[in-house]
Formats: sequence, C-alpha cells, structure tokens
Amino acid sequence: MEKVKLTIDNKPIEIPKGTTINKAARQLGIEIPTLCYMQLHDLNIENKPAGCRICVVEVQDRRNLAPSCATNCEEGMVIKTHSTRVLNARRTVMEFILSDHPKDCLICPKSGNCELQTMAHQLGIREIPGEEIASTSTYRKDTSPSIIRDLDKCILCRRCEMMCNTVQTVGALSAINRGFMATVAPAFEQNLEHSTCTYCGQCVAVCPTGALTEVDHTPDVLRALADPAKTVIVQTAPAVRAALGELFGMEPGTLVTGKMVTALRELGFDYVFDTDFAADLTIMEEGTELLDRLKRHLNGDRSARLPILTSCCPGWVNFFEEYYPDLKDIPSTAKSPQQMFGAIAKTYFADKINVSRKDLVVVSIMPCLAKKYECQREEFSSDGNRDVDFSISTRELAAFIKQANIDLNNLKNGEFDAPLGESTGAGVIFGATGGVIEAACRTAYEIFTGKKLERIDFTELRGLEGVRAATIDFDGLPLNIGIAHGLGNARNLLDEVRSGRSQFHAIEVMACPGGCIGGGGQPLHHGNSEIIKARAAALYNEDRGKPLRKSHQNPFIIKLYEEFLGKPNSEKAHHLLHTKYFDKKKKIIVKQ
Amino acid sequence: MSSIKIELRQEDVNKIKEICSSFRNDPQELINVLHKCQEHFGYLPAEIQEVISDELEVPLAKVYGVVTFYSFFTMTPKGKHPVSICMGTACYVRGAEKVMDEFKKELGLQVGQTTKDGKFSLSSLRCVGACGLAPVVMIGDKTYGRVAPDDVRNILKEYE
Repeated sequence: MEKVKLTIDNKPIEIPKGTTINKAARQLGIEIPTLCYMQLHDLNIENKPAGCRICVVEVQDRRNLAPSCATNCEEGMVIKTHSTRVLNARRTVMEFILSDHPKDCLICPKSGNCELQTMAHQLGIREIPGEEIASTSTYRKDTSPSIIRDLDKCILCRRCEMMCNTVQTVGALSAINRGFMATVAPAFEQNLEHSTCTYCGQCVAVCPTGALTEVDHTPDVLRALADPAKTVIVQTAPAVRAALGELFGMEPGTLVTGKMVTALRELGFDYVFDTDFAADLTIMEEGTELLDRLKRHLNGDRSARLPILTSCCPGWVNFFEEYYPDLKDIPSTAKSPQQMFGAIAKTYFADKINVSRKDLVVVSIMPCLAKKYECQREEFSSDGNRDVDFSISTRELAAFIKQANIDLNNLKNGEFDAPLGESTGAGVIFGATGGVIEAACRTAYEIFTGKKLERIDFTELRGLEGVRAATIDFDGLPLNIGIAHGLGNARNLLDEVRSGRSQFHAIEVMACPGGCIGGGGQPLHHGNSEIIKARAAALYNEDRGKPLRKSHQNPFIIKLYEEFLGKPNSEKAHHLLHTKYFDKKKKIIVKQ
Repeated sequence: MSSIKIELRQEDVNKIKEICSSFRNDPQELINVLHKCQEHFGYLPAEIQEVISDELEVPLAKVYGVVTFYSFFTMTPKGKHPVSICMGTACYVRGAEKVMDEFKKELGLQVGQTTKDGKFSLSSLRCVGACGLAPVVMIGDKTYGRVAPDDVRNILKEYE
C-alpha cells in the first residue's frame, strides 16, 4: 500500500495514502475536537459530513483551514492542529453554533453528558458576541411513545440521520429545508409516531446534544412507589447490569448485578425481579416452537415455514411490521421477555401474593427505548391495565439512583427475590448479539436429541460481525443459524428470506448494533466501540459463573410449568406468552 | 408541512410510475424524476412524493428532504396567475421589497403561497435580465417595469 509522510504538530508520521488527517492525528495521540464526526470502529459505522467545522486544522501553504475528518493526508503536508488561527476559527464556529442554541442547560436532560456543553467548556467560551441580535430558530417539540425530538437543540451533525438511514435503513429521519430552517425530521415534518420510526433509539444513542432524548418515565415510577395502595415490582434486563456502573464512574464491563438489586430495593420496590427469568421462559416457548416447526418442515409439512425469526426485540418487531408485513407469519409468536414477565407477574404472581392486577405495578429497567413503546401496545394489556406499566432505561435508572442520593459504588450485593428472580446463564446472554440463539440452541439441542449438551459455549455464534452464520450439529442434523444485529444487516437476511434464497433454519435479529448492550437506552458510548465489547464480555462472564446455564434447568421455570402453564406452547402458554403481528406498512390511498 | 391534501387518481399514479420507470426506477435519478413530475403536475404534493418514494425505494423522508432543499420544487400549486417579484440586487435597491410587501398585503399571501381561489400565487425570483426597468414584477409571461407600491392595486385589477 502506498504511504505518505507528513508532520502533525511537528511530529512526523508515515501513513497509508487515503487516511484522513483526524485518524493520522489520533495515531499520534492527538485528539482533534469535533462535534459531528463519529466512528464505531468494530461496527463499521462512520459519520463524517464535515458539517460542524470544529475539527478544522491548518495545512501549511493552503489558503483555507481544512476539516480534518474529511481531508486526506498528502505527501509532505505540514499540519498544525492548534495554531492560534485554528483556535480562533474553532471559537468563532462554536460561537455561531451557540448563538442559535437554547441556554437552558440547567434543566436540559442532556446536561452533564452533552458533547456541545463539554466542547463549549473545553474551548473556554464565556460569551457569545452579537448574541442579542442573533435570531434563534424554533421548531415544534415532538413527543412519541419513546423518543422526544427537541430540534431547537439540533446542531445538524447528522449522526442520527446516518444511524437511521445507513446503519438501520429505517429512513425515518432526513435533513430537510435549507439555510436557517434546515433541520432533521421525518417526511412532511410529521411526528415520529406517524413515520417509519422503529423506536430503536440509535439516533438518541449518538445525538451529541439534547435534541434527541428518551421520554422520561421516572416520575411515573416515583408516583407509583409513593402510593401505599400499590405493590410495585421491578424487572431488570440482562444488558443493564453490564452498563449501569459506567454512569457511576466504573470501568466499562463492570458487572453491578448485586449492587443494582440493592439500589432498587432501597428505592422502595417491593420485589426486585429479573427479566432473565422471563428470558429463560422465552427460550422454552420459542425453542419449542422452533423444534415443532423444524420437525413438521422435515416431515414435508409445507405450512411450517422456515426460518423462524426471533421476536424478543421490539425495534426489530416494529421494523418487520413496517417493511416486511408479507413475512409476518415467520417470526416466532413468543412475546419478548419484558412482556412475558408482565403477563406472568399480573396473573400467576398477583394471585400468589393476593394482589389484584390493578394494584400491582410492573416496572421494567431496559437498555432500550423501543420497550417503552412495546409495553404501550394495546395487545399487551387487559381491560386497559398494562402487563408492564412503565419501562425506564438504564440511563433513567442511573439518574433515579442519583436523585435518591444512593451511592451505588458502596452498596452491598443483594440477591434477586424469588420466584421471578431465578435465572440461568442462558437468560443472561440475551443481552448480546448471538446470545438469544445460543441460549435457544442449548435448550433445543437437549430436547431435540435427548442427549446432554457437553459443550455449552457456542463461541461460533458470538462476535460483532454484522451478519454471522454458523451450522450447529444437532446430533446428525445440521442446523443453519443466521445472526444479524443492526436493522440494515437484518434487512439483508430478510431480503434473502423473501426471495426464497435463505438457507437458514433460524435467524436471530437484534435492532441495535452489538445487541441490547448497545441499546438506545444505555449509557452513551460517545463513539467508543470498546465499551460495547466490554459489556458483552461482562455478560458472557456472568453466564460462565452461573451454576445453571440452560433455560430448561431453571427450577422455577420447571415449577411454573407444573403449577400453572402446563407445558411449553400449551393453550394457556399461548394465551399468556404469545402474540401476533400486524401489517403496519404505510399505504398510499388511491382514488379509482 | 405546507401541502394540500389531495387524492391521486389512478391515471395520475400511472403517470408517476411511468416517469419513474423512464428513469429505470433508479434512486440516483430522484431529482430528475421530481423535475418531470413537477413539470407534469405543476407541483409536488405529499401524495406524489409517496408514490415516488415507493417506486424508487428511497425513504419518503429523503424525498421530502430533497423537495424542501431545492427552492425550485414546490408542494403548493401555483396560481392561475403566478406573481413573481424580482429581488435581485438592482430591483432590491430600487425598492422591490416595498413592492413585495404591497403584493403580500393586497393578496394576503406570504411568499410561496397561493390564494384560496387558486387565482394568484406569490414568489420571488432573482434577476430577469431587465435591470434597467427595476424594480421588475412578472405575472405569468407579462413583465411590468419600474413598479411602485402604489401601482400594485391597478396591476392586480387587470386580472379580475
């Protein structure tokens, strides 16, 4: 490969031709500040619209400053990343951006975690010249079931547009208008609710400012906790325990399962349960459905369509309801773990503790924003009473713990309550891409073959490759497994299914890059994909440390079927734990 | 969103599809498709953009993004008598803005809007190459030179 030699801040470097200046600088340990540029290296995601102009540098003998994210290194370049000219330009650019930005940092949901705020501080901006004559643009605030768009705070970095279009291929958001009125919005500036949005929340996960945030449900939770008539129980998704610690200064990948349980108890929840239990239950239902379809398919039953697609991820469900309604009978009918938990809590558990369902409040802690929408779906309620009342994100939980003045770092480890807190390692790995299908394989193998699975770790199903394929030997039957994370990758697999070219028996899809650990409700990664890898490693660690690692070995799951559900896919299980999907494709009304 | 809710007839849908297929339904040809559609229909209401989005497999938000980016594209139909006021440098310094204000007042319109009866629409343009006549107003194909705010009412009377 052809190389070029140049110097950056007087440091010589030799680098492959075609490398941008910001990447060359990073190799030298020089971080050039930016607001729009973002790269998630392991996930193959890059945003470089060269829009913010914060990253400009001075290139000797060039008239104009160059945006370092979009300028390639050339032979002999002499680059200064912090000359006085550069610093002045950066300040001016920042002043212009701030002149059209609200100054309500005190009550902004992004305060303290805002890249714009941090940059203003880093550049030492203390006043905005001409602010009194600068006009500010205002847009209508848009609140959907999961996401709030407050475009007054948009700085047009277009990371959200890149995530929504290039990575997720959802196409809900696009840059619109021009000049002062330019912003990012759905078609015809409709509300997100009326767009193709799947609520995956990846736009929120990358937004550098308070323009895109989640709907905060902690006040609802607080009200429920304060109501003496209510019994309030909480379930925590697997990915939360691998990321919550980051918001309390811990290293990415620190598991805080026990501390999180104690914190939730101190916050006043009557029972602290684990969504992992419901993940085990999902495996029983989904695994049984897979084996049933597989057997019928092998026996020549044409109505048994393969591949079966996982259905745990609400962003993914929204995606295929919008874009692939013709395939809506292919995904597993099993509800997501969040909703299975809710269904069991408001029937079996409510009866056990003798509380009526309307006095039982189920709260979920999720790494996800689509879960907020999911728990509001009509089919997941009974007489207007939701199975899961409120879903709050990992970020909201952290804020809630801080509000209550609880010092997570110094809490003792607590244990989940019985019975909805018992889980196996299979439930834990649901939080990482490949984890659901690995958990399913552990159980399906033993049920299908009647033999004990010796090798529990299916490492061939793990990793961060966008689309992965593996063949698992089911005692002579080769089972072809496909895995996709990120909706753009899922689209590729679905197009194959639609055209009949797919060779897979089962496909796992998670909407967010990395799986739930990279979810839209997780602590912000600010473009560092190492954080996502560390969270995945933490989940696989917890799995390895569990005495039981196969869902069907969970003693409470066994008891639940004996006492209440009968057997997997029984009529009662179908009624409580399965759902159906809808054609939500937007239609054009044509007058004949 | 500044568009009028319309219902497309089947022949309109067919026309849009025909235009798209004349560009091989290639998403790269979006701007050309929009040009042709606006040429045919006079404007690009939401319903037309929806068909184009479906045919070219371009997200609707993207289509809308392009339509709103280029000032040539419009989502509201032009009036029977489209009024354009030149805001080029020469016209501007000779009082085009005051003329524009008078038209806004008389027609009760903002730039880019059309009267309810569909008779007049108001837009601004940049230089028609008749700077000696500044400020210049065009209504349809007819040009008016050295227009003063006081002339506006009389000019509009010609179209009653």
